[in-house]
Amino acid sequence: MKILTVCGMGVGSSIILKMNVEKALRSLGVTADVEVADIGTARGAAAGADLVVTSGELAPQLGELKAKIVVIDNLVNVDLIARALEAALSEAR
Amino acid sequence: MPDKLSLLGLLPEQSVLVNASARDWRTAIRLAGEGLILGGAATAAYSDEMIATVEQLGPYIVIAPGLALAHSRPSPAVRRTGLSWVSLQEPVHFGHRDNDPVRLVVGLAATDHNQHTAALGSLAQLLGAPERMEELLTAPDAATVRHLIGNFDPEVPS
Repeated sequence: MKILTVCGMGVGSSIILKMNVEKALRSLGVTADVEVADIGTARGAAAGADLVVTSGELAPQLGELKAKIVVIDNLVNVDLIARALEAALSEAR
Repeated sequence: MPDKLSLLGLLPEQSVLVNASARDWRTAIRLAGEGLILGGAATAAYSDEMIATVEQLGPYIVIAPGLALAHSRPSPAVRRTGLSWVSLQEPVHFGHRDNDPVRLVVGLAATDHNQHTAALGSLAQLLGAPERMEELLTAPDAATVRHLIGNFDPEVPS
Protein backbone atom coordinates (compact mmCIF):
# COMPACT_ATOMS: atom_id res chain seq x y z
CA MET A 1 0.00 0.00 0.00
CA LYS A 2 1.12 3.55 -0.72
CA ILE A 3 0.02 6.55 1.30
CA LEU A 4 0.75 10.15 0.37
CA THR A 5 0.78 12.95 2.96
CA VAL A 6 0.26 16.42 1.51
CA CYS A 7 0.99 19.88 2.88
CA GLY A 8 1.50 23.26 1.29
CA MET A 9 5.27 23.24 1.01
CA GLY A 10 6.29 19.65 1.71
CA VAL A 11 8.71 20.74 4.45
CA GLY A 12 6.64 21.31 7.59
CA SER A 13 3.27 19.87 8.34
CA SER A 14 3.51 17.03 5.82
CA ILE A 15 6.66 15.78 7.52
CA ILE A 16 4.92 15.76 10.90
CA LEU A 17 1.92 14.15 9.24
CA LYS A 18 4.12 11.47 7.60
CA MET A 19 5.77 10.53 10.90
CA ASN A 20 2.48 10.39 12.75
CA VAL A 21 0.76 8.44 9.97
CA GLU A 22 3.63 5.92 10.17
CA LYS A 23 3.18 5.70 13.93
CA ALA A 24 -0.57 5.28 13.57
CA LEU A 25 -0.08 2.53 10.96
CA ARG A 26 2.29 0.70 13.31
CA SER A 27 -0.33 0.81 16.05
CA LEU A 28 -2.86 -0.60 13.57
CA GLY A 29 -0.42 -3.27 12.38
CA VAL A 30 -0.61 -2.01 8.79
CA THR A 31 2.44 -1.90 6.52
CA ALA A 32 2.59 0.89 3.93
CA ASP A 33 4.98 3.21 2.16
CA VAL A 34 4.33 6.78 3.27
CA GLU A 35 5.54 9.57 1.00
CA VAL A 36 5.42 13.37 1.24
CA ALA A 37 4.24 15.81 -1.42
CA ASP A 38 3.49 19.52 -1.56
CA ILE A 39 0.19 20.81 -2.88
CA GLY A 40 1.76 21.68 -6.26
CA THR A 41 2.97 18.14 -7.01
CA ALA A 42 0.37 16.19 -5.04
CA ARG A 43 -1.97 15.44 -7.94
CA GLY A 44 0.78 13.72 -9.91
CA ALA A 45 2.24 12.00 -6.87
CA ALA A 46 -1.21 10.74 -5.86
CA ALA A 47 -1.55 8.73 -9.08
CA GLY A 48 -0.07 5.59 -7.55
CA ALA A 49 -1.33 6.13 -4.02
CA ASP A 50 -4.09 4.21 -2.24
CA LEU A 51 -4.72 6.92 0.32
CA VAL A 52 -3.98 10.63 0.39
CA VAL A 53 -3.79 12.21 3.85
CA THR A 54 -4.02 15.99 4.22
CA SER A 55 -5.62 18.77 6.24
CA GLY A 56 -9.16 20.08 5.85
CA GLU A 57 -7.74 23.37 4.58
CA LEU A 58 -5.84 21.75 1.71
CA ALA A 59 -8.17 18.88 0.78
CA PRO A 60 -10.48 21.02 -1.41
CA GLN A 61 -7.42 22.31 -3.32
CA LEU A 62 -6.52 18.77 -4.41
CA GLY A 63 -9.64 18.42 -6.51
CA GLU A 64 -10.94 15.02 -7.60
CA LEU A 65 -8.51 12.14 -7.06
CA LYS A 66 -8.73 8.44 -7.71
CA ALA A 67 -7.22 7.75 -4.29
CA LYS A 68 -9.37 8.16 -1.20
CA ILE A 69 -8.65 11.41 0.66
CA VAL A 70 -8.39 11.27 4.44
CA VAL A 71 -8.74 14.63 6.18
CA ILE A 72 -6.79 15.18 9.42
CA ASP A 73 -7.13 18.43 11.34
CA ASN A 74 -4.97 17.62 14.35
CA LEU A 75 -1.61 16.51 13.02
CA VAL A 76 -0.03 15.84 16.42
CA ASN A 77 -2.72 13.50 17.78
CA VAL A 78 -1.62 10.01 16.73
CA ASP A 79 -4.75 8.33 18.19
CA LEU A 80 -7.08 10.49 16.10
CA ILE A 81 -4.98 9.83 13.00
CA ALA A 82 -5.11 6.07 13.69
CA ARG A 83 -8.90 6.19 13.98
CA ALA A 84 -9.29 8.14 10.74
CA LEU A 85 -6.94 5.76 8.88
CA GLU A 86 -8.67 2.70 10.31
CA ALA A 87 -12.03 3.98 9.08
CA ALA A 88 -10.65 4.78 5.62
CA LEU A 89 -8.92 1.41 5.30
CA SER A 90 -11.97 -0.59 6.30
CA GLU A 91 -14.03 1.34 3.75
CA ALA A 92 -11.46 0.65 1.05
CA ARG A 93 -11.55 -3.10 1.66
CA MET B 1 25.63 20.77 24.08
CA PRO B 2 22.55 19.45 22.34
CA ASP B 3 22.88 17.93 18.88
CA LYS B 4 22.91 20.76 16.33
CA LEU B 5 19.87 19.41 14.50
CA SER B 6 17.89 18.38 17.57
CA LEU B 7 14.85 20.34 18.66
CA LEU B 8 16.89 22.18 21.29
CA GLY B 9 19.84 22.59 18.94
CA LEU B 10 17.65 24.34 16.37
CA LEU B 11 15.94 26.57 18.93
CA PRO B 12 18.44 28.94 20.58
CA GLU B 13 17.27 31.00 23.55
CA GLN B 14 17.16 34.24 21.53
CA SER B 15 14.61 32.62 19.20
CA VAL B 16 12.15 31.99 22.04
CA LEU B 17 9.62 34.69 22.92
CA VAL B 18 7.07 34.11 25.68
CA ASN B 19 3.89 36.01 26.57
CA ALA B 20 4.06 38.01 23.37
CA SER B 21 1.34 40.35 22.16
CA ALA B 22 0.11 40.12 18.58
CA ARG B 23 -2.97 41.88 17.25
CA ASP B 24 -3.50 39.48 14.35
CA TRP B 25 -2.03 36.38 12.67
CA ARG B 26 0.30 38.38 10.44
CA THR B 27 1.88 40.05 13.48
CA ALA B 28 2.17 36.67 15.19
CA ILE B 29 3.99 35.22 12.16
CA ARG B 30 6.27 38.30 12.03
CA LEU B 31 7.23 37.67 15.66
CA ALA B 32 8.12 34.08 14.75
CA GLY B 33 10.11 35.54 11.83
CA GLU B 34 11.97 37.86 14.23
CA GLY B 35 12.95 34.80 16.26
CA LEU B 36 14.35 33.12 13.16
CA ILE B 37 16.29 36.30 12.30
CA LEU B 38 17.70 36.59 15.83
CA GLY B 39 18.75 32.93 15.72
CA GLY B 40 20.53 33.48 12.40
CA ALA B 41 18.22 31.09 10.51
CA ALA B 42 16.53 33.53 8.13
CA THR B 43 16.46 37.07 6.79
CA ALA B 44 13.53 39.48 7.02
CA ALA B 45 12.26 38.42 3.60
CA TYR B 46 11.38 35.01 5.03
CA SER B 47 8.70 36.57 7.26
CA ASP B 48 6.98 37.88 4.13
CA GLU B 49 7.27 34.43 2.55
CA MET B 50 5.66 32.76 5.59
CA ILE B 51 2.77 35.25 5.45
CA ALA B 52 2.39 34.78 1.68
CA THR B 53 2.14 31.01 2.22
CA VAL B 54 -0.96 31.49 4.38
CA GLU B 55 -2.39 34.07 1.97
CA GLN B 56 -2.02 31.62 -0.92
CA LEU B 57 -2.89 28.29 0.68
CA GLY B 58 -4.98 29.22 3.71
CA PRO B 59 -4.37 28.65 7.42
CA TYR B 60 -3.39 24.98 7.04
CA ILE B 61 -0.24 25.77 9.06
CA VAL B 62 -2.44 25.66 12.17
CA ILE B 63 -1.68 21.97 12.61
CA ALA B 64 -3.36 21.30 15.96
CA PRO B 65 -5.67 23.15 18.35
CA GLY B 66 -3.84 26.32 19.41
CA LEU B 67 -0.67 25.53 17.45
CA ALA B 68 0.62 27.12 14.24
CA LEU B 69 3.75 25.89 12.45
CA ALA B 70 4.70 29.00 10.50
CA HIS B 71 6.93 28.19 7.54
CA SER B 72 7.53 28.60 3.86
CA ARG B 73 9.72 26.64 1.47
CA PRO B 74 13.52 26.60 1.30
CA SER B 75 14.58 29.89 -0.34
CA PRO B 76 17.46 32.40 -0.47
CA ALA B 77 15.86 34.01 2.62
CA VAL B 78 16.75 30.90 4.64
CA ARG B 79 20.32 31.09 5.96
CA ARG B 80 20.24 27.80 7.84
CA THR B 81 17.73 25.37 9.26
CA GLY B 82 16.23 26.70 12.48
CA LEU B 83 13.17 27.11 14.65
CA SER B 84 11.57 29.90 16.67
CA TRP B 85 8.93 29.90 19.38
CA VAL B 86 6.29 32.54 20.17
CA SER B 87 3.76 31.97 22.95
CA LEU B 88 0.96 34.51 22.88
CA GLN B 89 -0.54 36.27 25.87
CA GLU B 90 -3.84 36.65 24.01
CA PRO B 91 -4.73 33.96 21.46
CA VAL B 92 -4.95 35.01 17.81
CA HIS B 93 -7.35 33.81 15.10
CA PHE B 94 -5.86 32.46 11.87
CA GLY B 95 -9.22 31.63 10.29
CA HIS B 96 -8.86 27.87 10.81
CA ARG B 97 -12.11 25.91 10.98
CA ASP B 98 -11.14 23.66 13.90
CA ASN B 99 -7.88 24.72 15.48
CA ASP B 100 -8.35 28.43 16.23
CA PRO B 101 -7.45 30.36 18.29
CA VAL B 102 -3.67 30.02 18.20
CA ARG B 103 -1.65 30.31 21.40
CA LEU B 104 1.71 29.09 20.16
CA VAL B 105 3.46 29.88 16.88
CA VAL B 106 6.52 27.79 16.04
CA GLY B 107 8.52 29.22 13.15
CA LEU B 108 10.44 26.88 10.85
CA ALA B 109 13.12 27.81 8.34
CA ALA B 110 14.41 24.85 6.35
CA THR B 111 17.29 24.61 3.88
CA ASP B 112 16.05 21.30 2.50
CA HIS B 113 13.34 18.70 3.02
CA ASN B 114 15.20 16.41 5.42
CA GLN B 115 17.56 18.09 7.87
CA HIS B 116 14.85 19.11 10.30
CA THR B 117 12.86 15.87 10.21
CA ALA B 118 14.00 14.52 13.57
CA ALA B 119 13.45 17.88 15.29
CA LEU B 120 9.92 18.14 13.89
CA GLY B 121 9.23 14.62 15.11
CA SER B 122 10.30 15.59 18.62
CA LEU B 123 8.24 18.78 18.40
CA ALA B 124 5.13 16.85 17.37
CA GLN B 125 5.60 14.42 20.25
CA LEU B 126 6.31 17.24 22.68
CA LEU B 127 3.17 19.16 21.77
CA GLY B 128 1.03 16.08 21.13
CA ALA B 129 0.33 15.83 24.85
CA PRO B 130 -2.07 18.65 25.84
CA GLU B 131 -0.76 18.82 29.42
CA ARG B 132 2.79 19.37 28.17
CA MET B 133 1.60 22.05 25.75
CA GLU B 134 -0.13 23.75 28.69
CA GLU B 135 3.02 23.63 30.80
CA LEU B 136 5.08 25.11 27.97
CA LEU B 137 2.50 27.83 27.32
CA THR B 138 2.63 28.98 30.92
CA ALA B 139 6.44 28.97 31.10
CA PRO B 140 7.48 32.41 32.37
CA ASP B 141 10.59 32.87 30.24
CA ALA B 142 12.65 31.53 27.35
CA ALA B 143 15.08 29.68 29.60
CA THR B 144 12.20 27.75 31.19
CA VAL B 145 10.80 26.81 27.78
CA ARG B 146 14.18 25.44 26.74
CA HIS B 147 14.62 23.70 30.08
CA LEU B 148 11.24 21.95 29.68
CA ILE B 149 12.12 20.94 26.12
CA GLY B 150 15.50 19.69 27.30
CA ASN B 151 13.82 17.50 29.95
CA PHE B 152 11.55 15.95 27.36
CA ASP B 153 12.87 12.66 26.10
CA PRO B 154 11.25 11.75 22.78
CA GLU B 155 10.73 8.08 22.05
CA VAL B 156 13.09 6.94 19.33
CA PRO B 157 11.16 5.92 16.22
CA SER B 158 11.38 2.17 15.70
